Amino acid sequence: MSTFIIPKFALPGFVAKIGARLPQWPHALSLICGLNLVRSLGILPAETLAEIDGRTFRVTVLDTGAVATFTLQGGVFKPVFGKASPDLQFTANLSAYLQLLARQEDPDTLFFNRQLTIEGDTELGLTVKNMLDAVDFSTLRASLSRLPGFARLRDHGDSHTQTSPA
Amino acid sequence: MSATAQPESFRKPELICPAGSLPALKAAIDNGADAVYLGFKNDTNARNFSGLNFDLKTMAEGIRYAQSRGRQVLLALNTYAQAGRVADWRKAVDQAVDLGVNAIILADVGLLDYAAKTHPQARLHLSVQGSATSYEAINFAYEMFGVRRAVLPRVLTLAQVEHVIKNTPVEIEVFGFGSLCVMNEGRCWLSSYACGESPNTVGACSPAKFVKWDKQPDAMEVRLNGILIDRFGNDENAGYPTICKGRFEVAGETYYAMEEPVSLNVVELLPEIMRIGVAAIKVEGRQRSPAYVTQVTRALRQAIDAAAANPDRFVVKPQWMSDLAKVSEGTQATLGAYNRPWR
Ligand code: SF4
Repeated sequence: MSTFIIPKFALPGFVAKIGARLPQWPHALSLICGLNLVRSLGILPAETLAEIDGRTFRVTVLDTGAVATFTLQGGVFKPVFGKASPDLQFTANLSAYLQLLARQEDPDTLFFNRQLTIEGDTELGLTVKNMLDAVDFSTLRASLSRLPGFARLRDHGDSHTQTSPA
Repeated sequence: MSATAQPESFRKPELICPAGSLPALKAAIDNGADAVYLGFKNDTNARNFSGLNFDLKTMAEGIRYAQSRGRQVLLALNTYAQAGRVADWRKAVDQAVDLGVNAIILADVGLLDYAAKTHPQARLHLSVQGSATSYEAINFAYEMFGVRRAVLPRVLTLAQVEHVIKNTPVEIEVFGFGSLCVMNEGRCWLSSYACGESPNTVGACSPAKFVKWDKQPDAMEVRLNGILIDRFGNDENAGYPTICKGRFEVAGETYYAMEEPVSLNVVELLPEIMRIGVAAIKVEGRQRSPAYVTQVTRALRQAIDAAAANPDRFVVKPQWMSDLAKVSEGTQATLGAYNRPWR
């Protein structure tokens, strides 16, 4: 597959101002649906999921103004409404999240460079980070390709070679 | 090999990369590591962090992935067996042998003895946590336990490393890249002082449950079990929350009193490292993500190949240095003790 490197960028300030005024549930719901899909594929380790069950998380995208708060309850990710402070909170610009998802940047790097803020229960943060790091994308792709509509993903290359500059 | 003859000691070192997870292991192998080192999901290794490391099933898969591609897997069993639980550590040695790892990295003398007696065919490496800095200490481990390789603590100058190599039959591995542990490896009490737990006992320095990051309007504060370690201004790089890299007030001045949050980077010393006959170069960072492993392995693979192909005309590529600097703690790189003028 061809190489695509996600650059570091920040959206203009007005985007966040508008975004913050929009209802927060659509993207919160899509994030939660995605998490539940990944969970249902059985590639997240059961013991780690049990460890984080009952905890609340907030993901804030600074430059879009999006905020999603959710919890894992009885093994299912669910949205949380209201302002109560979560156990763990991630804050970053959209580009940082995209770089993390593509495994292009390491969360420690973004944290050292102050592009990613992690607040709250540090051990919980580490657990979540290590759980996501341990997801083998080749297994994820294989599982996804068995779902209707995801078959085209089957032809894509391995995640960590996708970002190769060569 | 270059046109100029190299000394007999010249050797191209193996590149040993960290794997905290299966994707990290695959990233290391795919990007050119000669070997990976990894640990079990428990306190038998010095990176015992929640969610990190391998259970038996993923480890078997990782070993298959590496060995089927002609690479090696080294198992770090580098903490000290805790009182009353020696059986757990011995079991880990047995499991490592059963899984067919290429070598076991040990620090505890009792475990070295157990491994040497119970599994005489197993290849044993002396861990950096064993804190052997002299050839006498390394030769002792060789004579007593048949240790085949020793990982040197990051406290020696290159001249001292050379002196060790000249006086031991044991292969020598040195650290080539990664966060620095202040010059007292395997003997540090700072984490124990603050929270009663340390790398040698529970397998983690500054365990996360004691760490609190606190966002203030003008700075980020970090505390270890209530002890303020540092305040990072909004435009300052942050580092790991270890006491050795904290800023403290000493005699009226606040500064990094022990160690700056920097990473070691030996790329410019590679020809010299090869000349003195270092057997392997190790990358720190089993706690880091696959993205880090990819970036560091790729840069070091290219640098080692270039230096080995032409040690006399080796030129450091700015691209390697900027890729490595980007993932560094504190985004600074140093040569550490290797080129320290004092001893
Ligand atoms: S406090 Fe620093 S020197 Fe001590 S074990 Fe931790 S990282 Fe190493």
